[in-house]
Amino acid sequence: MTDTPTHAPQGNDAKLGPVARFIRDTELDTRMLGMVGALLLIWFSFHLYGALINGEGVFLTPRNLWNLSVQTSMTGIMATGMVLVIITRNIDLSVGSIVGVTGMVMGLMQVEILPQYLGLGNPATWMITVVAGLIAGTAIGAFHGWLIAYRGIPSFIVTLGGLMVWRGVAFLSAGGRTISPVDETFALLGGGPKGSIGAMGSWLVGLLGCAAILWILRSGRAARKKHGFALRPMWAEYALAAIGCGALLGAVLVVNAYPWPKGILKQMNLPEDTFVSHGFAFPVLILAVVGILMTILMTRTRFGRYVFAIGGNPEAAALSGINTRWVTLKIFALMGMLAALAAVVASARLNSATNALGDLDELYVIASAVVGGTSLAGGVGTIYGAIIGALVMQSLQTGMVLIGFGDGSYRKIVVGVALVLAVYLDNLYRKKTK
Amino acid sequence: MTNTGTPLVELKDISIAFGGIKAVDHVSIDLYPGEVVGLLGHNGAGKSTLIKCLSGAYRADAGEIHINGERAEIANPRDARHYNIETIYQTLALADNLNAASNLFLGREIVGAGGFLDDSAMEAETRKIMARLNPNFRKFNVPVSALSGGQRQSVAIARAVYFNAKILIMDEPTAALGPHETQMVAELIQELKKQGIGIFLIEHDIHAVMDLCDRAVVMKNGQRVGTVNVNEVTDEDILGMIIMGKKPPQAV
Repeated sequence: MTDTPTHAPQGNDAKLGPVARFIRDTELDTRMLGMVGALLLIWFSFHLYGALINGEGVFLTPRNLWNLSVQTSMTGIMATGMVLVIITRNIDLSVGSIVGVTGMVMGLMQVEILPQYLGLGNPATWMITVVAGLIAGTAIGAFHGWLIAYRGIPSFIVTLGGLMVWRGVAFLSAGGRTISPVDETFALLGGGPKGSIGAMGSWLVGLLGCAAILWILRSGRAARKKHGFALRPMWAEYALAAIGCGALLGAVLVVNAYPWPKGILKQMNLPEDTFVSHGFAFPVLILAVVGILMTILMTRTRFGRYVFAIGGNPEAAALSGINTRWVTLKIFALMGMLAALAAVVASARLNSATNALGDLDELYVIASAVVGGTSLAGGVGTIYGAIIGALVMQSLQTGMVLIGFGDGSYRKIVVGVALVLAVYLDNLYRKKTK
Repeated sequence: MTNTGTPLVELKDISIAFGGIKAVDHVSIDLYPGEVVGLLGHNGAGKSTLIKCLSGAYRADAGEIHINGERAEIANPRDARHYNIETIYQTLALADNLNAASNLFLGREIVGAGGFLDDSAMEAETRKIMARLNPNFRKFNVPVSALSGGQRQSVAIARAVYFNAKILIMDEPTAALGPHETQMVAELIQELKKQGIGIFLIEHDIHAVMDLCDRAVVMKNGQRVGTVNVNEVTDEDILGMIIMGKKPPQAV
């Protein structure tokens, strides 16, 4: 949110209310504030509905929020890549099938191929497996990108074909079998009590994160000073630091408040009344790292700048000497790699690889990116928006189950309506701020 | 004005066709340092197409490009920039979703440590050049879609001027501008001339051509009608060339 340290405050103090002034001085993205507001509204509504109608509010509990964070990871990881695809006026319908086929590649790799050479439970198994999966995903994505950029086939068609082809390949690669169980270390990447970093680890992550937030604010201010641009008032800097660190440490408190269930304690020969915190799950950490790296890529590198430029005006980008085809190919390769990473999380979490892994994911991923403010007209979108979008979509699904509408039909109706509504509200917002 | 020495640019016998239609048909033109050469003709006469061979947007089917007397291969816009050829396109070629600094440095970003973009430095440089070109320009932090036609034009001009252009191509630079801004562009052209920059000016407005250009090349149906020294001919002579393809005796 403080990526572009170049916004000079404009306007007149006297006319603004305290809220407007706060937003102006902190330079927070109002669109993001709106999304966070909507997310909190959804959370409280589900909780209240549960509390009032069902007699028990279960949404805002450490357990549910922890689960929500893990469930969001898979969609979130892919949504960060879909942002780039959609910004450049393309679409990728094949991500769900890439999850399926790379999940299968990794399943076969760790269960049937590697044990022949390394034996069962070799500590290198999971690493080789993940690398193989990522290479497979990147290669598939790059191939799609090549067809789109260098052969001029519309991305909709290429990836629609990919959607069918790779699902078929996933089925054929193991003759329709389900590959299970996966390598024990690999399974940790899917989360669960053991696939989490515990209370101490979570505090460490939280404190490192806070240090990073403070450093970003400081260096942003230093850069502005160096070039003599307008600075944020000091109180706004402190407010931003407090909000950022507060949210992060709040998240640590929540994940640490969710203890291991009794069954696991027994399995680990611990007394039944021991309180062992889950802490952040590995999928959530993977999503966090992906989110940070993708944000840096989009806001701090030439590649990211070119992605936006191509989305804003492909012709201008080409006339500026940007190799638009090569950039497009790389975007799809990156999308393929992220789909493979999502497959790691998904198959590890399921503890198996099935040919149905990732089925229909493309729709949720696209919906997340779009709900998160990525414009289908191209040129506009943010990584954090897509992640919040994924969280919104997942919250709606989880919430419907928790308040007793677990039946797929209701869930689909609510998610579908929310998607259309979100894009409509976004249109209104953009018109108003233009 | 008589030109001696090596021309800055020579386009020799350029031809380019699009599916059987000869958009440019064996046209040769040249440009000397500190000179403004106007390119005139009807819509579809081939002026923009010809000039796009020089800016790297198109590749000629036949013909040669010489820069400072040496044969130059220009296959894409990057090659053209390498020869210090800068273009201000009629469409401006701005990415509407990016701000002025991002557009100015598009494809040539300033990067700091670790290869990361240095947005602050780019904005500071943009502020400097805009202070020179358009002192009223304030909107540095909004996408260029939020700028007026004149402001957008000044971003496009700044982009061409900032990188030490030696050869400048301006495709109807004043088409979208009001009288005040048109005057500003005229002054800028005079200033750039003094610096020894050669300018190709594609223009519909005869008066602008008479005011700004040293020579004028008239094209019709993809062919060159003739080249004239502007101070030796009248408006009517040039109009006759454009409309009827009639070559006056002074022309070469």
